[in-house]
Amino acid sequence: MNVFSTLKLALRALWRNKVRSLLTMLGIVFGIGAVIAMVSGGQGAQQAVKDVFATLGTNVLSLQSNAARTMGASAGAGGGASLTWDDLRALETEVPSARWIAPVLESRSAQIVSEQNNWNTGITGTTSVWFKIRSWEAAEGAVFDEDTGNSNAKVAVIGKTVATQLFGSTSPVGQSVRINGQPYEVIGVLVPKGQGPRGDNDDTVIIPIKTYQQKLEKGLAKYIRGSILISMQEEDQAERTISQVTALLRDRHKLDGNAEDDFRIRNPAEFAKAQQDSTERISTLLAIVAAVSLFVGGIGVMNIMLVSVIERTREIGIRMAVGAKPGDVMTQFLVESLVLAAVGGLLGLALGYGAASYMADYFGWKMFFPATTAGIAFAVAGGVGVAFGLYPAVRASRLDPITALRYET
Amino acid sequence: MREPGRPKGEAFLVEMRGIERTYTMGDNLVRALCGVDLTIERGSSVAIMGTSGSGKSTMMNIMGCLDQPTKGSYRLDGRDVARLSRAQLADVRGRMIGFVFQSFNLLSRTTALENVEMPLLYQGVPARERRRRAERALEQVGLVGREDHHPNQLSGGQQQRVAIARALVGEAPIIMADEPTGNLDTRTSYEVMAILQGLVGRGKTVILVTHEADIAAYASRVVTLRDGLIIDDRRQAPISAQAALAAAPAAHASAGASP
Repeated sequence: MNVFSTLKLALRALWRNKVRSLLTMLGIVFGIGAVIAMVSGGQGAQQAVKDVFATLGTNVLSLQSNAARTMGASAGAGGGASLTWDDLRALETEVPSARWIAPVLESRSAQIVSEQNNWNTGITGTTSVWFKIRSWEAAEGAVFDEDTGNSNAKVAVIGKTVATQLFGSTSPVGQSVRINGQPYEVIGVLVPKGQGPRGDNDDTVIIPIKTYQQKLEKGLAKYIRGSILISMQEEDQAERTISQVTALLRDRHKLDGNAEDDFRIRNPAEFAKAQQDSTERISTLLAIVAAVSLFVGGIGVMNIMLVSVIERTREIGIRMAVGAKPGDVMTQFLVESLVLAAVGGLLGLALGYGAASYMADYFGWKMFFPATTAGIAFAVAGGVGVAFGLYPAVRASRLDPITALRYET
Repeated sequence: MREPGRPKGEAFLVEMRGIERTYTMGDNLVRALCGVDLTIERGSSVAIMGTSGSGKSTMMNIMGCLDQPTKGSYRLDGRDVARLSRAQLADVRGRMIGFVFQSFNLLSRTTALENVEMPLLYQGVPARERRRRAERALEQVGLVGREDHHPNQLSGGQQQRVAIARALVGEAPIIMADEPTGNLDTRTSYEVMAILQGLVGRGKTVILVTHEADIAAYASRVVTLRDGLIIDDRRQAPISAQAALAAAPAAHASAGASP
């Protein structure tokens, strides 16, 4: 029997039981669909996590005073100040693997008012290198130069979100805003960065470090009530830089051998990696669950094929009587299950693609259509068809023609 | 029907020697055939008679290559088929034997034409050729215009004629009919027997398996089995089904029992 005739025979047999064929196929459709949606979604989520952390700037360390421990309870990062402005200057001169070092003072919420509107946002006080560390440039106007950054000038660089909220579509550069009642001149608007790990990156206002100390902290303190961002010369120098900073600060703070560090160094890259790893683990898990559902779909195919073999025992007997060889009968049933699985696989591909693009849209990440995964999933669908169709097909081919002919349905 | 034909060539078409067939049914050993010798010439019509349990069905199964003997040799058209594999047997069936069954055994929800085409499918005949030959076979049994009917749209007699067309389409030299009129009324039985007798006239060998003496009367030779042995083997002048049909009361032209 040639391939074409066999295929035609299989299609006709499946068409004869349209509803049943469709229901059987659904298992494969959803199995393949789920695998593709999960793999695509997983990749999208991982990329999204990666993108979010990329906005922090790469090869950056964050240094904070460690929380003073009171009765074993943490008072919160930066709560118990131990880092001083002198420490900062020492770091700048004595840590060779550091490229740029910027102090960062932050207030989470401040009132900022333009002539038309007002808005509540976070204020950051820092120096000019902060923009370099975060590789963040002005879309309009300029960011601080070195002098402005170290001065107490009442100027501000604002994020895109703040610009829009306060000035709408008009240019904010050169305009005046009031922060906690004090007037500042807007000198630049930052390039939009979108979402970051702490929310909207663009919902921010940056003012010079001394201005922040004087106007928001009301006076020049000895301690840095914030954090220090350190960018490294090379990306793989994190460990060396950490140990250099640790040694320097322990020496300056006169901590002896057993004393705990009174500061803390965080590596956002590691945090990002951990996040990415957990996203990856979850998406792998989901893909496995999807694969299990595909397997269950395969069992559904086998179940129906077994029923079909029993139902069609007499047909098998007739075919054998008129000259069908056991191999012909086996091929017939195998091709039927293969066609079921292949058509199911194709529909599953379409479903998976649809689900993946919907998810990408809904969660706002980039759509990945894993062509290799699609190919593999489709091949797997075919494999499922053969694997789960084999047993029923072999059973059909082993029927004794005499018994099969006498079989009463 | 003509006298039992003289064999064309040396060998008999069917040549069975010392055929035994035993089954195990539970703990019992059933001896369905206990050493049967039978030869059948080309172009003859043979009725195999016997009550149920006589071994006639087993005989037909072995003769039709659906089953194999436990012991003995069976040469079909000179070829020893007693020890062939299942696939080889299937091939022999397809080329040598056309089956006609009591219950017609047509595929439901499949057109008459497709039913008739089926044996050719397994001989690798191309689609166009299959169709052409199937149409011709249906024509031979007088079913022109019914090609696209499904079995449930056909009367019993028409269904049996489709089955005969299916047996003819592969040009098999042997037509093996197992109680071909068992599900048909008298008049339709005459029609079917007339077709089968016509085939003998065209050189086919027709082997009838039946328990009815009046059906066996249409054959030129009657072999009677009892308890797995041939107890009688007679040649006779067959009665003409065509004549019987002409004499029969003209009932509804194509009436026939449903399966």
